[in-house]
Amino acid sequence: MDATRRDFLKAGAATLSALGFDLQPAYAQARELKIARTTETRSTCPYCSVSCGVIIHTLGDKSKNVRPSVVHVEGDPDHPINRGSLCPKGVTLKQDIVNDRRLTQVLYRAPGSDRWEPRSWEFAIDRIARLFKQTRDARLREDCNALTAVGVIGGCTDSNENNYLLGKAFRAGLGVIPLEQQARI
Amino acid sequence: MKTLELKRVSATAAPAPGVREQATVSKYIDTTSCIGCKACEVACQEWNDLPAETTVQLGTYQTLPELTPNLWNLIRFNELDHDGALRWLMRKDQCMHCGDPGCLKACPAPGAIVQYMNGIVDFNQEACIGCGYCMTGCPFNIPKLNQKTQRVYKCTLCSDRVSVGLEPACIKACPTGCLQFGTKTQMLDLAGKRVAQLKGQGFEHAAVYDPPGVGGTGVVTVLAYGDQPELYALPKDPTIPLAVRIWKTPLKWLGSLAMTFGVVGTVLHYLRYGAKKAEE
Repeated sequence: MDATRRDFLKAGAATLSALGFDLQPAYAQARELKIARTTETRSTCPYCSVSCGVIIHTLGDKSKNVRPSVVHVEGDPDHPINRGSLCPKGVTLKQDIVNDRRLTQVLYRAPGSDRWEPRSWEFAIDRIARLFKQTRDARLREDCNALTAVGVIGGCTDSNENNYLLGKAFRAGLGVIPLEQQARI
Repeated sequence: MKTLELKRVSATAAPAPGVREQATVSKYIDTTSCIGCKACEVACQEWNDLPAETTVQLGTYQTLPELTPNLWNLIRFNELDHDGALRWLMRKDQCMHCGDPGCLKACPAPGAIVQYMNGIVDFNQEACIGCGYCMTGCPFNIPKLNQKTQRVYKCTLCSDRVSVGLEPACIKACPTGCLQFGTKTQMLDLAGKRVAQLKGQGFEHAAVYDPPGVGGTGVVTVLAYGDQPELYALPKDPTIPLAVRIWKTPLKWLGSLAMTFGVVGTVLHYLRYGAKKAEE
């Protein structure tokens, strides 16, 4: 018989346990709860217009020397919309946050260019403001303060206060008609 | 100490040390209101930090044909042609947490499979020897061997969450509420009400799937076609396989007896006749 050492040990263990010998004390310990000491932050799922409430579990107690990291995201039971449940997309939110491919800097693709280049926020804000003014100056209907050549996108994670300001600044102030949010697109 | 919550321990002759009285917990799965969104599948992967498996195209929306060592929760997209109309009999497949677990009975490694006082059947990979006997003992084809680690894995019913009073991750995620969690009494009560409702809606064979052959399951499933559980890829009357039962009860005692007499006989033979000497 060509038995390996592992087979021999297995057979030995099986024989011993068949005889009723305890090879080792019964060991049973459920895994430690991975969110036992996490910081819980309430947030809103950014995917669709349902805007489910989520709790983001972050490792670390916010100490000065600790870099926090997101370890788990699950539904917020206190949220009136989803009451703790989530859809398969919402359940994956952790991977949305902890992801190598997550965009963390401004990328700019110049007109006619075939590549994205990293730029500063100053550059981006300045350029957006400039083009906005240029378009508005050319296309605004001044008789009724209506601008349909520019759209503004908000987000379902914005608070009521944010959205109030968005409406006030862009629709009442600058006359932008297409105010949208990503959830409806 | 978790030790006080052990109802059954694999391959251990001594009685299990559990004394704490805990209600049997149970999942409730209503196959009739499942929309097949797979939030439970993803929630399971996410909570247990399991690596993603490469999916297989089966012609349905089903992720993989079977559970794998890294996929403990699978929505089965069973299809039924009912008088020319398609019926989607989706069922969440995972460990059933049997009252009398066949895996535990078949397991030869002491402490590798335990059943807690609340009915959860849990694998302890530290004590697992990777023999795969539990896979033969399971009538539902649940435990899966990881070829790399040579250990067997399956749903833990989120024993880590349940032990601190949280519900399993899959249950929490379910957006339609077809998954519920509570004590088994509560879940059977809920299932009974749902079955009555379904019968009123014309599903005269609607039934609760809680097979007595394995001591009842820690998963209470409501089936619209309760007379044909095979349609949901469920065995009709599951029991622990006969070979496992014979091997683990009568044969085990016979084997022990034979072994004891063998040892005693050898000792007596030695004392009577002494060591065998080779003749020159």
